[in-house]
Amino acid sequence: MPLSLDDVRRIAHLARIEVTGGELQAVREQLNGILGLVEQLQAVATAGIEPMAHAQNVTLRLRDDAVTEPDQRALFQSIAPAVEAGLYLVPKVIE
Amino acid sequence: MFEASLTEVAAALAARRVSSVELTQTCLDRIARAQGELNAFITVDPERSLAQARAADARIARGEGGGLTGVPVAHKDIFCAKGWRTTCASRMLADFVAPYDAHVVERFDRAGAVLLGKTNMDEFAMGSSSESSHYGPVRNPWHTDFVPGGSSGGSAAAVAARLAPCATGTDTGGSIRQPAALCGVSGIKPTYGLVSRYGMIAFASSLDQGGPFARTAADLALMLNAMVGFDPRDATSLERPQEDYARELERPLAGLRIGLPREYFGPGMDDDVRRAVEDAVAALGKLGAATVEVALPNTGLSVPAYYVIAPAEASSNLSRYDGVRYGYRAPEYADLLDMYCKTRGQGFGPEVKRRILVGTYVLSHGYYDAYYLQAQRVRRLIAQDFVAAFKRCDVILGPTSPTVAFRVGEKSADPVKMYLNDIYTTAANLVGLPAMSIPCGFGAGGLPVGLQLAGSYFAEARLLNVAHQYQRATDWHARMPPGFA
Repeated sequence: MPLSLDDVRRIAHLARIEVTGGELQAVREQLNGILGLVEQLQAVATAGIEPMAHAQNVTLRLRDDAVTEPDQRALFQSIAPAVEAGLYLVPKVIE
Repeated sequence: MFEASLTEVAAALAARRVSSVELTQTCLDRIARAQGELNAFITVDPERSLAQARAADARIARGEGGGLTGVPVAHKDIFCAKGWRTTCASRMLADFVAPYDAHVVERFDRAGAVLLGKTNMDEFAMGSSSESSHYGPVRNPWHTDFVPGGSSGGSAAAVAARLAPCATGTDTGGSIRQPAALCGVSGIKPTYGLVSRYGMIAFASSLDQGGPFARTAADLALMLNAMVGFDPRDATSLERPQEDYARELERPLAGLRIGLPREYFGPGMDDDVRRAVEDAVAALGKLGAATVEVALPNTGLSVPAYYVIAPAEASSNLSRYDGVRYGYRAPEYADLLDMYCKTRGQGFGPEVKRRILVGTYVLSHGYYDAYYLQAQRVRRLIAQDFVAAFKRCDVILGPTSPTVAFRVGEKSADPVKMYLNDIYTTAANLVGLPAMSIPCGFGAGGLPVGLQLAGSYFAEARLLNVAHQYQRATDWHARMPPGFA
């Protein structure tokens, strides 16, 4: 079933991406085009097929519980949009 | 000596017939001259590059040089390089100066290579034409009205136009092989897990793999020797003994079994591409290889499966761009949520937003099983096809791309049309196999055609062997775009 404009608004909200009113219709058409392309997957018989998440069967390694990173807070914060007193600034969330 | 291959450049440096400073300056001059026409680079920093070149010359003079010491290399702007602006071709990272080096960058640095600059690409590596860059489209050196392919289009164009002897790229669905094909250069995507993804800006983590571009297969072997290696900072990095990827270059092709998938030679491929690929099969036959028909029945499903899995992983990976810790933040907003939405709405370009939205949808409640899990099941079917095919052959051969380069603007308005271009390349990423593209002739408009060779896991040395023997018998890889000769 093709996406409605409300569907697009809902997905954009979940993705935290502003889609302005003027873009909405075009985005809807493009998403429906892409979903039309991937729709053919639905017709494939896959009963009993294990989903493949990864190319290699690797298990996550454990490492020694040792400090490996030096403190680079000042360097990392030097590229942040807004910092103060070593903290990242965001708009007020609690009144 | 801009026309020399990496192998020749490395030999000349080691023999001190040329200095790294001379070479680097030559490349920098060529980059500056070509920039207006090709837009292959996003950032160059000649002073920094020349300082590295002087250090390399000193190292060679002390007798401490290695195979790549003093060699100029261009890195795709997806690799973090400490102190270098690293944009991933996005407005989101327009002012991002990387605070650390990617493993790949570290490897080249340690070898004494010179970083020539950061190459242009599709934004966040999402695209097949290098048109989605926030910094403008890259142009094909063979004809600047045409695209160079993507997403690593700047790296491919730089090597093709002889602005750099070699370059790095990344390949999530064909992003090394397809631009290599469209620009007439050689490129290889190694087995998933061989090249560390540390410091390589993430797009789709189960598919992303770094790899090299150069003129010849022998050059690629040199570069892989530097790039491949275990790195504990990448959770999917494979711990294996170090290989010499050049070890099989001289092996004769007698006894080689080349698999020709009937699905690759059906309708869908342009006639000029078909002719060039069939000529290559004949040339390999003369070198002693035998051909066998193989079946990859789920080939047609690889693009749909890819365009569920890659956007799903992308939507998760790109959630990190929130305007808080680094990158772009919208100048005006009402509250925290609005800040996220405006930052991401303004910081990402249209193709990146489309993929995040598709990924968000296929992972959302009620659709996860139907889209995402189903795509993963189809992914396994595709993998099983390759396992069966490799029981009957050593390498699988076909076209890299169904067409030669298309015109700038021709497909950019229709994402589905653009995606279908990836028909021959996405499977190797889904399955994690090594695959490469080498030039095999010219098609319509004098534009290059690429030949794709895919192998089973860890078959890089064999692929390079086949490519090297082919390149000894042909000279397609040595042709230069007339405007840059």
